[in-house]
Amino acid sequence: MNSAKHFNLTARVLHWSMALAILAMLFVGIGMVASISLRPSLVSLHRPLGMAILLLVIVRLINRLRHRPPALPADLPAVQVLAAKASHWVLYTLMFAMPLIGWSMLSAGGYPVTMIKGFNLPPIAPHDATVYAVLRGAHSWLALLLFATVLMHLAAALYHAWVRQDEVFPSMARGEPTASAAAVAAPTAEFGESPQTTPEPRE
Amino acid sequence: MPDLETTPSSNHHRAWPALLAIALIVAAVALAFAWIAGWLAPNRLTPQRFTNAIEIGNGQIYRGYRRAHAKGVCVAGYFEGNGQGAALSSARLFAAGRTPFVGRLSVGGGSPYGLDNKARVRSMALELNSDDGQQWRMAMNSFPFFGVSSVQAFYEQTVANAPAPATGKPDPAKQAAFAQAHPEFARFANWAKTAPWSTSWANTTFNGVNTFRFTNRAGETRNVRWSMQPQTPFVAMTAEQRAAVDGNFLSEDLVGRLGQGPLRWDMVVTLAQPGDSTVDPSQSWPEDRRRVTVGTVVIERSTPQTTGACRDINYDPLVLPAGVQGSDDPILAARSAVYSVSFNRREHDIASGSAGAATGKATAAEAKP
Repeated sequence: MNSAKHFNLTARVLHWSMALAILAMLFVGIGMVASISLRPSLVSLHRPLGMAILLLVIVRLINRLRHRPPALPADLPAVQVLAAKASHWVLYTLMFAMPLIGWSMLSAGGYPVTMIKGFNLPPIAPHDATVYAVLRGAHSWLALLLFATVLMHLAAALYHAWVRQDEVFPSMARGEPTASAAAVAAPTAEFGESPQTTPEPRE
Repeated sequence: MPDLETTPSSNHHRAWPALLAIALIVAAVALAFAWIAGWLAPNRLTPQRFTNAIEIGNGQIYRGYRRAHAKGVCVAGYFEGNGQGAALSSARLFAAGRTPFVGRLSVGGGSPYGLDNKARVRSMALELNSDDGQQWRMAMNSFPFFGVSSVQAFYEQTVANAPAPATGKPDPAKQAAFAQAHPEFARFANWAKTAPWSTSWANTTFNGVNTFRFTNRAGETRNVRWSMQPQTPFVAMTAEQRAAVDGNFLSEDLVGRLGQGPLRWDMVVTLAQPGDSTVDPSQSWPEDRRRVTVGTVVIERSTPQTTGACRDINYDPLVLPAGVQGSDDPILAARSAVYSVSFNRREHDIASGSAGAATGKATAAEAKP
């Protein structure tokens, strides 16, 4: 197997910019529905940011399908491998679903889907009370699921970086190391040798 | 979450500070989220809590109905610009000939069974759809200025007017305490007491009350307020006449009038001068401000709200087209936020099948309380 040990530059740029955008989006979203005074300004930020995330995740998925991600450490316990794979599926699904649900929810509520003043997206769902109510509920609950998954992802990333000190965190934080950098980044002796015989593709 | 049992045993003595740091970071992010959500601040005024106060003030929840201004009818027609508005705002509405709308005429109060002759406040809401795909939603009231100058006071007013459990009526002591705490309310109370009641929605003036900003094609921005002034001549009701009319007289009158022909209101835009308050809707602007009649609202037909197109529209006054913006009036922002919660709740009622009366599918027992 000759796969890369690090995510490619496109993947890393998309990962970190989307991490920032999604975390901001979750806070904007909860602030928007819970604020008596900031709703108008946060709504006008929430909608275009949601569409930006949708466009970015399309690019990200294409990149992901074209570039095999680095393998997970071979010594990672099966339960953690499962958690890593499941959480990535949830994250990818919600990155697509949340903007699309938001867009169709606004359509079903009869709202204009305003990106910037004067430019609206077309409706993608019928104006209907039931469709709206179901999508509105889904948007809230899935936002909480997304937030919980992001927190788990953050915890797992820091666990890899600070506790296991394996290659997982650097594979998203940095490009392929040069020979001298690889020596520095290599696992310290206390972890022992990590046998890389049967690398598991990430996710 | 990482499984601690699987951590290499040689690393245990070093792992716990890192695990603690991770737990603290995750907890901090989660706490920030919960704080912004209002979950950790039970006394902070959120749109949900404001809507709860309105529901309590209504005495009960009327499923599927608007939590405020629950009683009304759907109307439809068009706005016809006269060209004068184009100098003030680039909104397509002012340039185009006719812009169709789905509207609603209503009375104040949270009960869909309230009596028209007891409702001091009447309202007109419009959703105008111009041919450039832009929408303009307006929610206007018959009072000429708002009762209070802050969102907190608006909330306190709602709480003070809630019926006391023992009597089913508002507590006069609470209302008096509210009035004393908010002296600006005296002007509104005086309007409510002394302004004549008109005989119809058709001869009622509806005021935007909050300040908006118009931007024209040249990029000039002005603070404005607007009113819909009826072409139907004003006729006042005496107290005796009002006591004698039917509790549904407004919708009966409307249907009768529309049978004779369309009803018209002139849209009159008032332009602010420097120094006129844009943030306090309880402050009127001086009478001598320049006014421009920009077009006419024409209502052609009405339908019951249970089955009409207005039922599933949130008349959020901050859904605005290019050329129109909201001002920094905090009550405007609060209206947008609370209307949204009210809309979510009533659409949820309808979706869950608990809103028979509101959707025209009432059982005999549900039709009247």
